[in-house]
Amino acid sequence: MAGAGSDPLAALTPVGARRTFQPMIRNVTIAQFRPAKGDLEGTLDHAAATIAAAVAAEPAPDLVVFPETALTGYFLEGGVREVARPAGEVFQALAERAAAGPAVDVALGFYEMDAGHAYNSALYARLGPEPELVHVQRKVFLPTYGVFQEERFVESGSGIRAFDTSIGRVAILICEDAFHSISGTLAALDGAQLVLVLSASPARGAAPGVGVPTNVARWDMLGSGLASEHGIFVAVSQLVGFEGGKGFAGGSAAYTPRGERIVAGPLWEEALLPIHIDPERIADARTEEPLFADLERSWTRLLVNSPGAGIGRPAPDGPRR
Amino acid sequence: MSTPVREVPAETGPSPWHPGIPEAPRIDPADASALEIDVELAVAWLEAFLYEEIVRRRGFEKVVVGLSGGVDSSLTAALCVRALGAAAVQGFLLPYRTSSDASRDHALALAESFGIATREIEITAAVDGYLDRFEPDAGGHRVGNVAARQRMIVLFDQAYKLNALPVGTGNKSERLLGYYTWHADDSPPINPLGDLFKSQVWALARAVGVPAEIVDKPATADLIHGQTDEGDLGISYPEADLILHHLLRGVSPARLVGAGFDEAKVEIVVGRLHRTHWKRHLPTVAMLSATAIGEWYLRPVDY
Repeated sequence: MAGAGSDPLAALTPVGARRTFQPMIRNVTIAQFRPAKGDLEGTLDHAAATIAAAVAAEPAPDLVVFPETALTGYFLEGGVREVARPAGEVFQALAERAAAGPAVDVALGFYEMDAGHAYNSALYARLGPEPELVHVQRKVFLPTYGVFQEERFVESGSGIRAFDTSIGRVAILICEDAFHSISGTLAALDGAQLVLVLSASPARGAAPGVGVPTNVARWDMLGSGLASEHGIFVAVSQLVGFEGGKGFAGGSAAYTPRGERIVAGPLWEEALLPIHIDPERIADARTEEPLFADLERSWTRLLVNSPGAGIGRPAPDGPRR
Repeated sequence: MSTPVREVPAETGPSPWHPGIPEAPRIDPADASALEIDVELAVAWLEAFLYEEIVRRRGFEKVVVGLSGGVDSSLTAALCVRALGAAAVQGFLLPYRTSSDASRDHALALAESFGIATREIEITAAVDGYLDRFEPDAGGHRVGNVAARQRMIVLFDQAYKLNALPVGTGNKSERLLGYYTWHADDSPPINPLGDLFKSQVWALARAVGVPAEIVDKPATADLIHGQTDEGDLGISYPEADLILHHLLRGVSPARLVGAGFDEAKVEIVVGRLHRTHWKRHLPTVAMLSATAIGEWYLRPVDY
């Protein structure tokens, strides 16, 4: 640990100006989406048609949010390497299909291949007259237990960061990434005011009294908690469809910075779910309950002084204490 | 002065203020709440499963279901009607000469109440053509296995003829206990009930309107007069289901016994479960290469 006088925290402190939302209401449409398994071209066409349907609504969305692995389906095992594509290629394919349409941002999950490395990724792109690939986020936490086998077939992304878009500062979390509260914390600390959660969550659990599969109820708690902890908007886009008996239930949802649910998608079916992002609500929530300000003030000091963070010492091998 | 601690009763019941958070399951032979299921949600879930896997994924518009008069095939047929429409479901009664009249009556009652067309194809001549001539001394289990496999021969052939998909009816309890004929009952490519315990099948069957005389009668393979599943197994389905539920969640047999479960019944369930893992797999294939199917070459069923 650094002695008095040095500033070990400097390297950890986020730098750079953080763009805030323009003071106007933005429209976002969550596209609860069913891919045709393994059919990349057909599903790209379907995605383009979904974008066209979304922007035909009034008011037209500034952003359309698709779920995780939207272009291929989720459970591909060794087939991942056959359908994974470079982000630029996926972006081009989307841009060509949406070239005649109005300007609209899109967030979309896909299996990415980059120089022989496969990832479970999401891209954020601007489509329309002046297309631009804005950001690629790679999933960090790869579930490999029970029904999940991700670490066998894709590699882990290395970080979580927010990025500037035409509608404000955004971050993307992919499925299990959002199960770890540290992910939302890192996104918020990097200035995100809208966190997009792209998910493919195989349905399980039908306990009485809940009304939705247990995993959908869990997502509801996660989304609401993520939003209210940091005073940010959260939009969760869920895959639908059945893959080898495993059903992706849907139940996409969005939450205000107070953690209130704005919209809830249907179970089992595709749906377009429009929401309004009013930046005033971020200020409202953060004024009412300044948890995020407390976090910003304390988090680096907390990391350095909390042995569990592992900063400044190697992770111990051997028996846990 | 210490503040008195308010006593909270141990049996607090479900928390009313957040239905999204499940109660921690208790390991207790008297508490079967872990097996309770939202039947409305489960039925909608299985309707979606059947439509997507049959129509959207595989491109079939019709299904064939063997109707035994029991609750599993009755619920399966009823779910297919809900998912695909009655006109898309063809039921087959496939009796052997020892099958009971009650089984036949119940299968026909089910078909009538759900508007399902049926055809009866008696398998006696096919089964006895083999057994009478070559194996007249075969005992009940062998006859039962031959009959079960003969039923699948008919069902798959009829499916081919009708351009329909055979739908399986095996439930999770019998799959885990190995209480079925391998590569017979378990052979259809689609099965809506395989992750539902028998007691959950009963709950869903009641909810979708399977006639009470079918749901309430003792489960039977109907191979021998008077035979019942629970008589064969030596344990009731509700008891076996609860033990299986805990075992599959990682609770050890010793812990179950310590929590008050009957030791002999735990042994019955654990023994059957451990002896029958092979039955829940495809045949064991000798691996000679680094491209062995399903070992190295890994592709999902729907890719």
